[in-house]
Amino acid sequence: MEILSEHDKEIIKALQEDFPLCEEPYKILAQRVGISEEEFLQRVRKLVAEKKIRKMGAVLRHREVGFNANALCAWQVAPDKLDATAQIMSNHAAVSHCYDRTPAPNWNYNLYTMIHAKTRDECEKFIDELSSLTGVTNYKILYTKKEWKKTGMKYFCESL
Amino acid sequence: MTRLSTFDKALLNILQGDIPICSHPFAEMARRLGTDESTVLARLRELKSAGFLRRIGTFFDSNRLGYHGTLVALKVAPAELCAVAEAVNRYPGATHNYERECIYNLWFTLLTPSPEYESKILTEIRSLRGVEDMLKLKANKKYKINVQFKLQ
Repeated sequence: MEILSEHDKEIIKALQEDFPLCEEPYKILAQRVGISEEEFLQRVRKLVAEKKIRKMGAVLRHREVGFNANALCAWQVAPDKLDATAQIMSNHAAVSHCYDRTPAPNWNYNLYTMIHAKTRDECEKFIDELSSLTGVTNYKILYTKKEWKKTGMKYFCESL
Repeated sequence: MTRLSTFDKALLNILQGDIPICSHPFAEMARRLGTDESTVLARLRELKSAGFLRRIGTFFDSNRLGYHGTLVALKVAPAELCAVAEAVNRYPGATHNYERECIYNLWFTLLTPSPEYESKILTEIRSLRGVEDMLKLKANKKYKINVQFKLQ
């Protein structure tokens, strides 16, 4: 893992705060770090090129835009089929996240997808589609009952 | 509840994908939408205060910043669920924390800069009153991370 400079960490800390809704947002962020806007923009472009930044953008509150049935679905996939299965599931528009994870004792699910739908019926229809597309029949639907926290990560703020 | 107009949806679809990296990003967005910077900014402020936007900002690849992620599931006695959920929320690395319909009733993601730090936090959480069992599901490959809702 290549080391991030302290300077990069300062830029990341400024970027992970709420993006200013004003004419020159990068200039404001640059001022917080104490560098010029031009240098700040160059640094951001470099972080994008290095793929340390995935995107500059917004996340909507999905319930407010009509997605009321949201489930984590845990799948039990044969290890030799994991990669192909994950690719198929990732191609489905209702799947926002797809990770493979090391299972735990007594919990033998190794692939995890977040599925967003307008209703539970629709959510289960999507899960049926994923199951028949991949042939994976052993799965567990974990509906969201309550959101206790959802935030962006604040990096480099641990008190280690 | 504010209703989303066709313009709002086009605006939010651009905003979800890519804020331009340039001196006047909202002017650039306005150009693509055939309007002006002040209209875009005014509407975004309204949509933000009406609660449509969870967060506007930068999304990092945690692995490339030296962090790794684990999904943790807890089996919590119902009477203690609220206290445990709030205790989990206090860790900055616990970014998503959901109550779910399962015997493992509390699920959270934990991002940490080292396995030692993760282990320290999980030991603390495992010892909270009401926590009866814990599953640690370390992330291996991330096939998709794309929280974008195409608005039509």
